[in-house]
Amino acid sequence: MARIIVVTSGKGGVGKTTTSAAIAMGLAKKGHKTAVIDFDVGLRNLDLILGCERRVVYDFVNVINDEATLNQALIRDKRCKQLYILPASQTRYKDALTKEGVGKILEELSKTFKYIVCDSPAGIERGANLAMYFADDAFVITNPEIASVRDSDRMLGILSSKSKRAENGDEPINEYLLLSRYDPKRVKLGEMLSVEDVQDILSLHLLGVIPESQSVLNASNSGTPVILDEDSNAGQAYADIVARYLGEDKPHRFIDEDKKGLFGRLFRSK
Amino acid sequence: MPTDSQPTPSNSPAFEFKSGVVTIPSLNLFSTDITAITHQLNEKIKQAPEFFTNSSLLIDLQALANQELDIALLVDAIRNAGMFPIGIRGGTKEQQQAANALMLPALSALGGNNARKPLTIASKETKLAKTENPEKQQETSVETTIVTQPIRSGQRVYAEGDLAVIAQVSAGSEIMAEGNIHVYGTLRGRALAGVQGNENARIFCSDLQAELISIAGNYRVSEDIIESDRNAPVQIYLSKQALIIQKI
Repeated sequence: MARIIVVTSGKGGVGKTTTSAAIAMGLAKKGHKTAVIDFDVGLRNLDLILGCERRVVYDFVNVINDEATLNQALIRDKRCKQLYILPASQTRYKDALTKEGVGKILEELSKTFKYIVCDSPAGIERGANLAMYFADDAFVITNPEIASVRDSDRMLGILSSKSKRAENGDEPINEYLLLSRYDPKRVKLGEMLSVEDVQDILSLHLLGVIPESQSVLNASNSGTPVILDEDSNAGQAYADIVARYLGEDKPHRFIDEDKKGLFGRLFRSK
Repeated sequence: MPTDSQPTPSNSPAFEFKSGVVTIPSLNLFSTDITAITHQLNEKIKQAPEFFTNSSLLIDLQALANQELDIALLVDAIRNAGMFPIGIRGGTKEQQQAANALMLPALSALGGNNARKPLTIASKETKLAKTENPEKQQETSVETTIVTQPIRSGQRVYAEGDLAVIAQVSAGSEIMAEGNIHVYGTLRGRALAGVQGNENARIFCSDLQAELISIAGNYRVSEDIIESDRNAPVQIYLSKQALIIQKI
């Protein structure tokens, strides 16, 4: 059985698609057969971030409507053979998604894949609800600002009450916090919420902090998931996150402003 | 409680069906002796005639374990005592038919576990509330709803008795209780205690950062909570219609 991961946030523009692409690529690079599905029907972006936009023939909605088979719609990544992408339809609306259709596709994918990453659209409407409904694990992406934190909190409430697991009374979805676009300098100046502030409000297990980085934008524009940019701090942050998710013990990085080397890191002020 | 009825004068519908919960006294019978029942009933009514006269009454036969009892005689006795029987609960098929013949409905008998609903949640979305030891609580008159998971933004929890939250209550959420509210965590949302008018209800929390606090309809919004009371463990109670916030 595959593990279904939903990448969600409530608020838009916090980095759901960037994270979905990076996490899926990271899992695939670790040797796990991974599928990543774009649930943002009508506002398709994942294919761009993964650099496969020119190879899209069929999409998610085609498969739901039985106009194409799953194998026809899945796009295999050229850089990592273990990664497959199921793009969203750009010409439809989110009403095209049905619970039965999504369930059927996830079930079929579960037979052959190890991980299925669902890239949720923003908001708490149909697309977002269906993206999280079947999930086993949830990656909740939050920016260190109050509106994003509140939207994530709302999403957590929905995860704990409207998912399939909640409806069936099964074990609840594992919820993980990913804090993205974090800038320790601005935290120090009081312009941004700190990791502690966010954790205090959300009381959630922190899976990782992704620093604000130019490399994310560069990666998006070039269609390369940022995790492949191993020199960038954002790429390293995502690699850590994947490792932690898979059970490795990695200390948190990028939380404090430090370029002091090992000595400075050992005697961190906080 | 919120309702969706918004009658307009011109084209309003003549009626609407609604389900609701009404508290009515029920006559839980332990004996089939009509004379004894009549006697005890009259004694009771004498003590508080204003309360009992013209009051509706549910006849509960569940404790009788299907013993024979003439429903018609019983109903006559109750009516003569000045009360209006409105239905029966439990009893044998014959007794239920006899009640129906007197135009009294037979209400569904409640099972042991459901006899007291431990909790009502205002929103369908909120399924997280878990009650612990519901069996034990049935014996006491005050029920406590215990929530062990964080109450997230947008969620609402309603407790018929007391409410104890052993987690945080997020901003943008709403917790309501007919009794007291205890929050063993940070209270950032809205907390309304004594929502059915119980002025003795109190709110206890270990860190007050609430958007709004209310007891029996007397409320205060965040802006009106003085700074020194914030971020501290407090109790909130009503004294002469004034909300008192006291550090504990």
